Amino acid sequence: MAIDFPLLSLLLFMPLAGALVCLVLGMGNSTAPRWVALLTAAGVFVVSLLLCLLQTPTAGWLFYEDYRWIEQFGVRYTLGLDGLSSVLILLTAFLQLLAVLVSWRQERAPGVFFALLLVLEMAAIGVLLALDLILFYLFWELMLIPMFFLIGVWGYQRRFQAAVKFFLYTLIGSLCLLLAVISLYLLHGDQTGTYTFALEALKQTELSTTQELIFFFCFMAAFVVKVPLFPFHSWLPDAHAEGPAAGSVDLAGLLLKTGVYGMIRFAFPLFPVAAQKTLPVLAGLALVGLFYAAWVAYQQVDIKRIVAFSSISHMGFVILGLAAWNQTAWEGSLLLMVNHAITTAGLFVVVAMIEQRTGSRSLDQLGGLWKSHPNMSAFFLLFCMASLGLPGLANFAGEILILIGVFTVKPLWAVIAVGGILFSATYTLRLVQGTLWGNNCEPHDKQDLHSREWLVLIPLAVLVVALGCYPQPVLDLLREPLSALLLVGGMP
Amino acid sequence: MENLVQEAIQNVNLHAVMPSLILSVAGMALLLVAVFSPRGKTAHIAWLSIASLIVAGIVTIMGWNDTQYGFAGSVQLDNFAAFFSMICIIAAGLAILMSDEYLKRENFPVGEYYPLILITTAGAMWMVSGTDLITIFLGLEVLSVSLYILAGFFRDQVRCNEAGLKYFFLGAFSTGFLLYGMALLYGVSGTTKVYDIAAYIQANPDTTTNVMFVAGGLLMLTGFFFKIAAAPFHMWTPDVYQGAPTPITAFMSAGPKAAAFAALIRVTFICLEGMQDHLTTVFWVLAVLTMTVGNLIALNQKDLKRMLAYSSIAHAGYAMVGLVAWNEIGSAGILFYMLVYTFMNMGAFAILILIGRSGEENLTLDGVTGLGYKKPMLGIAFSIFLFALMGLPPTAGFTGKFYIFAGAINSGYIWLAVLGVLNSAVSLYYYLRIMIFMYFKEPQEDYAWVKIYPATAVSIVISVIGVLYLGIVPGSIMQLARMAGF
Repeated sequence: MAIDFPLLSLLLFMPLAGALVCLVLGMGNSTAPRWVALLTAAGVFVVSLLLCLLQTPTAGWLFYEDYRWIEQFGVRYTLGLDGLSSVLILLTAFLQLLAVLVSWRQERAPGVFFALLLVLEMAAIGVLLALDLILFYLFWELMLIPMFFLIGVWGYQRRFQAAVKFFLYTLIGSLCLLLAVISLYLLHGDQTGTYTFALEALKQTELSTTQELIFFFCFMAAFVVKVPLFPFHSWLPDAHAEGPAAGSVDLAGLLLKTGVYGMIRFAFPLFPVAAQKTLPVLAGLALVGLFYAAWVAYQQVDIKRIVAFSSISHMGFVILGLAAWNQTAWEGSLLLMVNHAITTAGLFVVVAMIEQRTGSRSLDQLGGLWKSHPNMSAFFLLFCMASLGLPGLANFAGEILILIGVFTVKPLWAVIAVGGILFSATYTLRLVQGTLWGNNCEPHDKQDLHSREWLVLIPLAVLVVALGCYPQPVLDLLREPLSALLLVGGMP
Repeated sequence: MENLVQEAIQNVNLHAVMPSLILSVAGMALLLVAVFSPRGKTAHIAWLSIASLIVAGIVTIMGWNDTQYGFAGSVQLDNFAAFFSMICIIAAGLAILMSDEYLKRENFPVGEYYPLILITTAGAMWMVSGTDLITIFLGLEVLSVSLYILAGFFRDQVRCNEAGLKYFFLGAFSTGFLLYGMALLYGVSGTTKVYDIAAYIQANPDTTTNVMFVAGGLLMLTGFFFKIAAAPFHMWTPDVYQGAPTPITAFMSAGPKAAAFAALIRVTFICLEGMQDHLTTVFWVLAVLTMTVGNLIALNQKDLKRMLAYSSIAHAGYAMVGLVAWNEIGSAGILFYMLVYTFMNMGAFAILILIGRSGEENLTLDGVTGLGYKKPMLGIAFSIFLFALMGLPPTAGFTGKFYIFAGAINSGYIWLAVLGVLNSAVSLYYYLRIMIFMYFKEPQEDYAWVKIYPATAVSIVISVIGVLYLGIVPGSIMQLARMAGF
């Protein structure tokens, strides 16, 4: 299906245009930027929803754009959209819409704040669309800059350290990626005589196993830091704890996803042999991370940090599914990723509301919110239950698929991973108990949910239930692209 | 001797020196204009200087792809020279744009300042187009002597005097090395023309193991290394850059440095080709040393001008990676990188001009606390330059580094590229620190003294456009650099 209208570029540049308008309108410190941001985010959401509905379950690119860019180096502006990217783009657009609503009362430099949110959205969409490695790298790096400022300017007390830590960690990872990209490009050029950064062409490069392993490690350095996989995770809890609520939603919903996307779109298909060889390592780290993060989450007092560590633990689950390397597990991983983004976003949003009302995020000081704020607590409970994998709610569907997929290849891994679910139940229940029940704390704001908060929470809650009961539409979109990617990677 | 003079007179080809001729004549004429102008009135000299730079630039561009040889083969205005000449012209133009209001603020509006910049630029052009060691030396001296004056231009300020004097002593010393090296090369080959030296070596291959020849080559390189501030010949840089008037610092870090790179490339790639195996090792070590020393010391700087001085040392190190590659991509990479560097570095210095108080106070990290909130446009522009200096896309810093490192990897120097990339990672920290002070901290002052001077603002806007243009659509300029590559 060929549509001449550059829909993908529209999707990409709409947030940028919105960001520029926000910047200009923000000069007067008015309320205009938030409306612009809301409209832009809504527009992006509508376009990406359309793209999802237009999808037919085929493996090819539904939309494809290809223009010359830097001819000397064979760099092209190539965008492509298939079921995989459209699901993740829809997720991005949806969460970004909520992030704008969550930060509705942003008073400190709102113009710049919303502009940064929109630039971040553009970068994330660009990462999910780019099929030229340099273009991909450009958007990959562009994600850093807005996030750095969102944490550093609008965060809490220790925001400097958190922002710098985030920046250095992720950038060092990406520099490895850059080196590998350039080397691969030159190697491919030497072999074939055509110098190109196109993903499809570079897949044909002939590499020795050693070369593949080196390149693979460099690519993975960038991706595992973003995911983040244990032991490269230590930036995430700080970034979450010190960042603003919208920043946390974006981190959990946008940035973390791009790491996994990078693995399955770039690292695995480019270096299948190396990927096969390192799967056990990946699975081992994922399992250790699953337990380690759950353990650390259990020890935390700050509820935002608990959610942050639970997020690391869940991402361990996702990576475990990838390491199983079969269709069921991969579908489960991607589904869990989407579900986890929605649940975690919901948790972070409610945590921000709790903090607004009580002025605290510490389990020691919280408690008894169920009595004072029943509606808010009900949503919190729902998201917590989803997070611990209650059947019928979002995360369960993904987790069960992963476990089935893993069990068919490595029963032992699956058995260990089930223990992880138990762990996640422990810290989540502690979180619920410490905030909703127990000693009454004295919130200074007695107001339960107000209308804007309902507007944010209801879509999240509906999705949590819907994706838990009927994940089929998402799986349909994912099936063909994933099986194509698995085929490139070959069977283990 | 008689014959040589005859030949030289017959071979005079003014087209080969036209751009530098225009600048020299304009420089001398404007010196006279400055004498007859009322005291304190310098704006018209600045504008006339810019006009002459534009004329010289147009003449240079018109000569593209039309190599001119002049003065019996001692001057060669080819694409390589034209590209570097344009870098020097742009650097000089930006420096002049940011100078006039600055000189008034520092209470030293003296007209001779602008002609000196023009003459420096003319010297730089002789250097980049010289194919005779003597021509290169003459260009270098014209450039250096004018810069000695400019570096110490504020004669009533101690730190400025210190800068001028330090630059002069160390510069004179390094010129000695350069000249001694050239003399030895002449002694071995019997000629000062670079192509004749190359021909002599081709005819007598054992020259490359001749102690006199090797010593001559290394001594000459030492002179150039001093000018491009490669470690361990960088000691003068921080003090001179910090003490000199800020527009001059900006100019020095871009134009003359580019010229020294040009002469270095021409001389080594032609004359010293026989020593390639050994020289790449020397360049390799020096490139790594230079970027590492620059970045590591910059980490600890509180003074912004000094921090940028060390950062400029580091960037010379990145550019030297192109020398190691020793091929067309490498030298084209240096061409492109120096152009990129001119925009991003001069833009950053232009910002420093605006945020400094009279007497160059307040140029510390603390001095920019919360600046991003009080002066948003200035903050955004500064951030763009800093991101470019870090080498992040979509700025030109990324494409420039990409070009350089791709050349190195292409020649098989993967470790060099790895070390370069690691160095970029280190450099993030000090560039980010400026932004942390600018944005993450609450403003302590209202920055009432920060006035956006129109001409300086124009130079900032030009730099921003340059940085973004070369970062987003670098294709056409990269093509030109490739055509000019050696």
